Order: sequence, then structure tokens, then C-alpha cells
Amino acid sequence: MSHSGAFLYDAPGPRARRRILLGSVVSALALAGVFALALVQFGRTGQLDADRWTPFLDWPIWSYLLVGLRGTALAAALVAVLAGAFGVLLAIGRLSQNRPLRWLCTGYIEVARTLPVLLLIYLMLFGLPAYGINLPVLWKLVVPLTIANAAVVAEIVRAGVLALPRGQTEAALSLGIRRSQAMRFVVLPQALRHVTPSLVTQLVSLIKDTSLGYVVAFTELLYRAQVLSAYNRLLIQTFLVVALIYLVFNGALSYLAARLRTRVRRQVAPPSGPAEQAADRELETPVVR
Amino acid sequence: MTAVIENLDPLLRALGTTVLILVISAAGSLVLGVLITVARVSPIPVLRGAAWAYVQVFVNVPLLALLLLAVFALPDAGLLMPLTTTVIVVLTVYEAAYVAEAVRSGINTVASGQVEAARALGLRLSQTLRHVVVPQAVRAVVQPLGNVMIALLMNTALAATVGVVELTSATNKVNLVAAQPIPIFTAAGLTYMALALAIGLAAGRIEKKVAIHR
Repeated sequence: MSHSGAFLYDAPGPRARRRILLGSVVSALALAGVFALALVQFGRTGQLDADRWTPFLDWPIWSYLLVGLRGTALAAALVAVLAGAFGVLLAIGRLSQNRPLRWLCTGYIEVARTLPVLLLIYLMLFGLPAYGINLPVLWKLVVPLTIANAAVVAEIVRAGVLALPRGQTEAALSLGIRRSQAMRFVVLPQALRHVTPSLVTQLVSLIKDTSLGYVVAFTELLYRAQVLSAYNRLLIQTFLVVALIYLVFNGALSYLAARLRTRVRRQVAPPSGPAEQAADRELETPVVR
Repeated sequence: MTAVIENLDPLLRALGTTVLILVISAAGSLVLGVLITVARVSPIPVLRGAAWAYVQVFVNVPLLALLLLAVFALPDAGLLMPLTTTVIVVLTVYEAAYVAEAVRSGINTVASGQVEAARALGLRLSQTLRHVVVPQAVRAVVQPLGNVMIALLMNTALAATVGVVELTSATNKVNLVAAQPIPIFTAAGLTYMALALAIGLAAGRIEKKVAIHR
């Protein structure tokens, strides 16, 4: 009994164990029932026929989808690098002593966090060409995603900096180094290490967002799935397979984030005051998309 | 600016659709998310596993892929609902996973003494959860839940990709006719910002009201 809810109940006695067993059986039956209903529905409409699934055992389909996966990786890598760099700069700007810079960065972050990416993409696709701005397809996807993700990264990094004990900055300043140096050599390295799990979680959400390549017709996984399903008419099968690919890759990253999170928590001394506890909590859940 | 005023009627109707989708899926995902959290901390391993799998699926698969699956693919299996209803259902089940994650981190903040005290008073597990744990857990995560709801607002825009005429879609349509991207998109952007701000302020208000002072 080591899962997160374990503190909610005592170690079960014989009666509780019987009840848990009963509950397990009932809920397993209920879940199996729902699953069976879905299978019956799929079977009745012929979606379970072998010839609708066997094409996915052939290499050509996989190589076709893998090209899409490469596009997803390319777009995600570009956005991750650009939004990461831009986000760190924004976080520093929002924390800086310079008032105009602080307001500018705060304003950007607050605006970019509350604009749907799709709206920016439509602006890229149908709005800006009227002004002669017509980027290649890849950048029509990468630029809006960078605009949105940089703001989120900035907030994650800022939370990390704020969660760091103030003594770190004070000690650095008392050694006679400048504020910018203290940020660069003392505060940021520690803060970034703290928020690595949240950044990995944000990477997952960013990879999910690259599926908007479907809208701009950039060759990524979901777009390829759409083209493939229009060709082979196996809509359910294709989309389920693609969802599974996303699940495997992002699931692995999410698992990595969870592992990192427990490691970071073990390395960091247990929070003492309520303020630090709150900051700690904030670190856990700033990523919501 | 004239383009916005001339097309105010379709834009406002689209805004109505956005708000409708937002409100229904927000309510649905909050309820579903809390139920999933309860399943996730329950003593029954099967329920715990199912809730875990649920969260993994919806946190790791893109919303757009789920929307396309539900809107274009599932009708092949005879599962067909009105378009807006489908979008609301997908958004609800998708966002419920994030609500569940937020509420679970809230449950971790409930002191174990609370649970022990409830048990000492003779409360059963279901009573402990309902009267002691969940209320405190949700209060602790009002702000994160507000962020989830803002993300939900952003995600309603994806309804445009499957043909629902909500704010993003209407903005695009109006622009295709009027060809004045800057004022039209700015107006839409400001509307989204205002909605997000309203959610954020409401979350702040609610948090202040229900916060537990220890």
C-alpha cells in the first residue's frame, strides 16, 4: 500500500479485504461490460474485420506514418528550443528590477497565455498573407506554438526562481558579483534543475500541440493520419493507431517527468514554511494544456 | 474596426457558442475529474488502475486527434451525435483528466491527521472522502483548477477544426470576407483574453472565499 491514496485508510482487516475484493470484482465486471459493449458495436458495424486491421501490419503504412512522426519531432524540437530560450529570457525580464522591461514581459506573458494557438495559426494562414507575410508551412506552425509556449515556459521558470530561497541571491550579491551574474551563475542553474520535471511535462503538451500541423497542412503525424485515412477509408483504425503512437511516445516522456519529479523532491530539503509549501505545490501543477 | 461592427451579429452568436461549450464542458469536467480522483485514491485496485489509465490516455494523446476520431471516425461505427454535443463530450472527458491531476495534488496536501480524526469519529471511507478530504483538496487547488478552465477555454477553439462555428472559426470566416485581419483578429483575441481574465478573477475570488486558514 504505497500509492498516493494509501494514507486515507488503515491496513485492511479481513472484512475490509472481503469488501475490496467484492469491489474489485464488481468494477472489473462493469469495465469489462463497457468494453464489451464497445466491441459489440464495433463488430456489428464491421470495424473489427481482420481486413480492416491487417494493413497496419505492412511496412509501407508504417513508413508513411513514420515520416509524419519525423515532422512532429522536427516541429517539436524547434518549438522546444525557441520557446525554451525565449521563455527563460521572458522569465528573467519579468523578474528584473527594470520597470519598463518587467511590465513588457509581464504583459507579453499574460497576453500570450490567454490566446488560443489556433487563432494565431489562422492569423498566420489567412490574415498575414494579406500584408505580404507568408512563411513556409513549418514556420506557420512553429511561430504560433513558440509564441504560446514561451509564455508557459517563462511562468514555469519564474516559479522555479521564486521557489529558491532568497539567501542564494543575497549570498551571491554579498560576494560582490552583479545581479545579472548572480542570476546567470547562481539562481538560474538551480531554478532550472528544480523545474525540469515541469518543463518535460510542458514538452509533452507541446508535442501534442504540434498536431495542429493538421490545420496548416504541415507533414506531421496527425496530418499524415488524415491523408492516409482519406486514402484507405480506415478512419477508426488509422486514428486509433495514431493515438496509440502519441500515447507511447508522450507516455514515455510523462513517465520520465514523474521519475524526475520524485528525484528532485528527494534532493530538495523538505519545505518548512507554508509559503514554501505553496511554492512547491505551484511547481507541481503549472502545466495544464 | 468597421469590419467588426458590421459583422457583430455572427461574431456574437459565435461567442455564444464558445461560452456554451465552455460552461457545459467546464461543469462536466469538474464533476468527472473529481470522480476520477476518488477512483484513483480508492482502496480498490481495479478502479485505481482504470483511473490511472484514463488520465494517461487523455494527458498524452492530442485533443485534436481525439476530436477527429470522435467527429469523423466514430460515425463509421454507428456512433453519431450532433456536432456540438460531440465536441462538448470530447472536451469534457479530455479536460477531466487535467482536473483529476489537479485535485489529486490537492488531496496530497490534506494532512493525514484529518483522515485519522475522521476515522476516529467513526466515519466510513466514503464519508471521510465526501465530508473531509475532497472539500479540503478542492479548496487547496482552486487556482490550478482555474488554470485548467482557462486551458479549456483555449481548447474550445479546436472545435473550429471540425466545423463548429465558434469564436475562432467565425473570426476566420469574417476575415475571409472582409479581409481586415488586424482589427478582426485583435477583437477576437481581446475577447478570449477577457474571458480568461474573468475565469482567473473568479478563481481568485473563490480561492479567497474558501481558503483554509491554518
